[in-house]
Amino acid sequence: MAQQGYRTPLGRARGLGSAHHGVGHFIGQRASAVALLFLLLWGVWSALKLAPLGYDGTAAWLRSPLHAAPLVLLIAAGFYHVRIGAQTIIEDYVHAPLVKTASLLANTFVCYGAAVLAVLSVLSVAFSSSGVA
Amino acid sequence: MAEVKADGGASALRPRPLSPHLQVWRWHVTMLTSILHRVTGCGLYVGGLILTGWAVALASGPDAYASYMGLLGSPLGKLVLFGLTICVFFHMANGVRHLAWDIGKGFLPKTADFTAVVALAFAVAATIAVWALALLTGSV
Repeated sequence: MAQQGYRTPLGRARGLGSAHHGVGHFIGQRASAVALLFLLLWGVWSALKLAPLGYDGTAAWLRSPLHAAPLVLLIAAGFYHVRIGAQTIIEDYVHAPLVKTASLLANTFVCYGAAVLAVLSVLSVAFSSSGVA
Repeated sequence: MAEVKADGGASALRPRPLSPHLQVWRWHVTMLTSILHRVTGCGLYVGGLILTGWAVALASGPDAYASYMGLLGSPLGKLVLFGLTICVFFHMANGVRHLAWDIGKGFLPKTADFTAVVALAFAVAATIAVWALALLTGSV
């Protein structure tokens, strides 16, 4: 600290303080929560409708953009929300630096990986023509 | 900086007190809902992966989809889906409580206790309603 003794408090704070990203997770978690409130109600209702339909009926259902769009949004908002939530839990309970970093990385990889996999799967069915998929 | 013991070395004789944890608190309903919010959140992580599996199976064709739906329709699959339904509705109801707290509402102990019970009741009622509907419409 001796070398910084002649600097003003403001000068010391500049460049050393917040990266201005702290509030991003907070807002993102709430925005996705509000979206998921509606998307999950739609999702549960859709699951009830789809359960007895079988492959052909489900694929036909998914070819409508009015069904594929909310499903893609549910997957995206869901994994975004889940990633932040799981990150908070990891940061609360895992303190060993290496394990913590590995857990956070694994969480991010699993969430982004599963989200991309699910969205591409949904889109490949949504864009397929009936009888080909 | 030299290490100075403010208590004159007493800490060497007796371990420092730790902050209170689960085992010393009297259980109350807001504590239960707080813990359940995390637990159901973890459940929904798994739920997201089950949804991903469903999408991949659907994209893989009729045979893969039939076997995946067979898996979900098995007794164990139904048990998991039932638990997942509870997770969805509890996390949803309790999430609304969190959103209310974020705008500064509902912090009075009586209010917080009441909304906690409401969230729990909603989760049970909505789950039963959805599964009753599924049974009645032949979805299960």
